[in-house]
Amino acid sequence: MEHALNFAHNSLGTDLTDLVACPVCDTLHRFSTIPQGGRGRCKRCHHVLATPRPNAMTRIVMLAITATILMMAAISFPFLTIETHGLRQQASVIDTILAYSDGLMVPLSLAMAALIVVLPLTRLTAILYTVAPMALGHHPVRGATRAFRLAEYLKPWAMAEVFIVGVAVALVKVGGLATLTIGPAFWAFAALVLITILQDNFMSSLIIWKTLETRGTT
Amino acid sequence: MENPGNARNYLTAREAGLVSCTTCGKLHPAGVKTCLRCGATLASRDTQSLQKVWAWWIAGVIAFIPANTYPMLKTATLGSQSESTLLGGIVELLHHGSLGIAGIVFFASIVIPASKFLAIAYLALGIGRPHRSSAHLRHQVYEVVEFVGRWSMIDVFVVAILTALVQLGSAASIHPGIAAVSFALSVAFTMLSAQSFDARLIWDADKDQDQ
Ligand SMILES: [Zn+2]
Ligand SMILES: [Zn+2]
Repeated sequence: MEHALNFAHNSLGTDLTDLVACPVCDTLHRFSTIPQGGRGRCKRCHHVLATPRPNAMTRIVMLAITATILMMAAISFPFLTIETHGLRQQASVIDTILAYSDGLMVPLSLAMAALIVVLPLTRLTAILYTVAPMALGHHPVRGATRAFRLAEYLKPWAMAEVFIVGVAVALVKVGGLATLTIGPAFWAFAALVLITILQDNFMSSLIIWKTLETRGTT
Repeated sequence: MENPGNARNYLTAREAGLVSCTTCGKLHPAGVKTCLRCGATLASRDTQSLQKVWAWWIAGVIAFIPANTYPMLKTATLGSQSESTLLGGIVELLHHGSLGIAGIVFFASIVIPASKFLAIAYLALGIGRPHRSSAHLRHQVYEVVEFVGRWSMIDVFVVAILTALVQLGSAASIHPGIAAVSFALSVAFTMLSAQSFDARLIWDADKDQDQ
């Protein structure tokens, strides 16, 4: 208890900006103790607070641009082709979304479009809008904080990687009935999953928020 | 000698008279209502959190019932029609001999949703009560629930992919059933339920107990 109180007295009067509260357990930490290139974990609950990386902003921008291009490819090319008794059918993401477009299935069709295409693309755009000007050394653009809040909120709802596992399951389900071929979009999606994992590794939202604040005008 | 893992060794923002923003991590003096950095609403503890958790939880459970009883897929092959439910589809996969995939689908669409409901209820019921299990354990349960939730969407995607793919005129065609809609809703509601949970409440209980 004594230790904790000392900590409180020393820190509170001086500088709130160096303090970070763990979002999970509310324990206070000093931001400056997190080493560059390291992984700052909460002492109490081990939640990752921040991961400072050199040139993180530039890398995030490059990864987000790559992800956007892959996303375009993944949407427009077919990811599976089915062939049986001389009949041939290709499915792209657009086809898959339109599959639900009759009657009761319209709301589901909209949700599918949102989860696979709209939300991931919105998130990428919001990240680029926030981080790109800062990566180039400029001040954040007007509305950058709102854009980044949106990106953070959308994180669990962007489901491209769940979709690709769905493709694999579908492959097995109809595999016995007909000849199935994997299309280019399947590989675009696979690459997209890898890029997303890399990006989450470089993107420490705490650090982006801090940079937004120190450089920000809005 | 004090135990290093003891909760009272850690000073929380609330004890220091501060409020932290759960969106961006900025600290403010207690009483500030909106975050100066990101504009999010501030609350030292989200006291309405449990009500939101339960509301979404109940919606999720209700939507999960038709998801299991109504057909997920309607298949038409050469004049004959068949409907399959979630469980029926898994049994079918087993007949094809694809144990691994049947396992994945069974896990993603039955085991995960069911254990998510149980886990969220367990965590929510535990708030504000003395606990035998440590906050660390309960926090791990919470992290697993948060991480795993979105993967339950697999089956909805599978139905959509099959519907798009298998449109081979009279030879074979597949149409989605109403269960696909209620399943998607159930997954979304459960995700919202888990997101409404203020994890700091789990750790507060731990602290109260130590003192
Ligand atoms: Zn923590
Ligand atoms: Zn904030």
